Amino acid sequence: MAVYKQTYKPYRGAITVVRWRFAILTRYAFKSAFESRLLTSFYVLCFIPPVVAAGLMYVRYNAEAIAQLGLNGGDLIPINGLFFNMLFRIQTAMAFMLVTFIGPGLVSPDLANNALSVYLSKPVSRREYVIGKLGVLLILTSLITWIPGLILFALQTDLAGWQWFWDNSRIAVAIFTGAWLWIVTISLLSLAASAWFKWKPLAAASMLGLFLVAAGFGAFANEVLEPERQWGLLLNMSTVIAMIFDWLFEGIRQRGNVPSWTALASLATLCFASVYLLHVKIRACEVVR
Amino acid sequence: MSSFIELDGLSVDLAGRPILKDLTGSFDGRSIGLLGPNGAGKTTLLQALLGFHPPIRGAARICGLDIRANTREIRDQIGYMPESDAFIAGMTAIRFVCMMAELSGLPHDAAMERAHEVLFYTGLGEARYRKLGAYSFGMRQMAKLAVAIVHGPRVVILDEPTNGLDPAGRQRMLRLVQEIRDTNEIHLIISSHLLRDIEECCDEVMILKDGQIATYCNLEQQRQTNRKFLQLETRGENGPFLEAVERMGCEVAIDGKNHRIKLVMPETVEIRNLYELAETHTIQIRRLHCKRDSLQDIFLKAMENGKGVKA
Repeated sequence: MAVYKQTYKPYRGAITVVRWRFAILTRYAFKSAFESRLLTSFYVLCFIPPVVAAGLMYVRYNAEAIAQLGLNGGDLIPINGLFFNMLFRIQTAMAFMLVTFIGPGLVSPDLANNALSVYLSKPVSRREYVIGKLGVLLILTSLITWIPGLILFALQTDLAGWQWFWDNSRIAVAIFTGAWLWIVTISLLSLAASAWFKWKPLAAASMLGLFLVAAGFGAFANEVLEPERQWGLLLNMSTVIAMIFDWLFEGIRQRGNVPSWTALASLATLCFASVYLLHVKIRACEVVR
Repeated sequence: MSSFIELDGLSVDLAGRPILKDLTGSFDGRSIGLLGPNGAGKTTLLQALLGFHPPIRGAARICGLDIRANTREIRDQIGYMPESDAFIAGMTAIRFVCMMAELSGLPHDAAMERAHEVLFYTGLGEARYRKLGAYSFGMRQMAKLAVAIVHGPRVVILDEPTNGLDPAGRQRMLRLVQEIRDTNEIHLIISSHLLRDIEECCDEVMILKDGQIATYCNLEQQRQTNRKFLQLETRGENGPFLEAVERMGCEVAIDGKNHRIKLVMPETVEIRNLYELAETHTIQIRRLHCKRDSLQDIFLKAMENGKGVKA
């Protein structure tokens, strides 16, 4: 109908599949996120470490390149669990910054002006809403964590041969598992912060605050309360994920007296708390008690 | 065939407080108005129909679909305009409306086309690329209406659509609602405090009081019934005139000094017949008042009577 015919007409056209409607939220969130040039620039930066890692792998297995650079083969970094562990620490830190940048702006604008009542009056459930919003974070963080990680693993296998693959297959599992543990946790956490504070800057600050304040509190607890057991480490999220990566990549099962499985439990607790907050906050209408 | 809305002992609690209490009835109007004082449960009823608040007892069906079991199907067919602000401040109107159309199932291209159409239809055509946060209150109301109708729903639920609008905006909103109603393709449920709005846009009205249905009536029937009650004041000898009026089938009651006359006219008699008789009997009709039991009267009676009155 032409726009000059300003009368109401019902819609009689095609209808999309209900099952995938949540992806519409992901698509719109994706577009909104990349309206920021700062984010786009940062996102490009996130690909530099994997590219550098690929370069290192290539050089290590290219005698011509080693000779041209005037290096000795023994000087080069060995491509093993520690190499991928270090690369992953960089990538997870970048994923955290990315999520801190995007996540707080995903739910808070919808809650700030009650747009949820309109969203949820459409055939979209609360769960689908959260999955739709979570989707953009999971896709973007996957693209800078486990996907390049597995590509690098495949590249290394290609360069070093199948024996390297069999000897280091643990690394592939570690890349996939470790990345998902981290990106799901921080994505849920950022959505929960966004829903709870309803204001993007405050939600972003709370994400950073949680890491810094909890880490500080953990250090205090270790010094004052439990110098022997060091349980305060579990309040420091960067230590928690480092413990998990050490466990997954290199088989190190504890740090100090703290077993690695407790780090996993710490992440699980954070995830459950975030899901609970989202359950409370993501509602079509808020009931005042 | 099932009614448009069927309530079967519907009870809803919010935060432990009973808000809707045992609502029962079948409602078939194409355009149903919800009236009631603050806290009567109008918005809760609308939200319960949308599946936002699960009933603690009883059931409700809208377009034959159960609000518990068929929530998704119901939401597929409904367009909802909430009472409070409902927008994303940083998003342009066209993008917001398009996104909502897509969530309702329209493919992207169709959604974009419909978004343009409804924004022009609601008078926001020139402002459609502006961010919703920069809209005036009246424009935001129109944007909410656009979101409610963009996907061409079977049912449109409007919660206080004229709230906060200036007289011109209110007239515009009512005109749009009437136009949508007159397409005869959409059922409307309108909640409002303003009796006049309901009177202008609805053919049936449900009055809620303390979470119960106080009155449900068909406004058109009510208007037709009320058209038959007349009050007359005459000058001159009116005895023969009244006899002639009675012979036409009217019921006549005389009040005061034979000047103030109350009439109940049968459907076959028109007011012009009375003027013709008056001319024949050479009396003057000095005053003729077509007594109308307005929605306000119905509302006030419902507030006095309490629950369960079918007007």
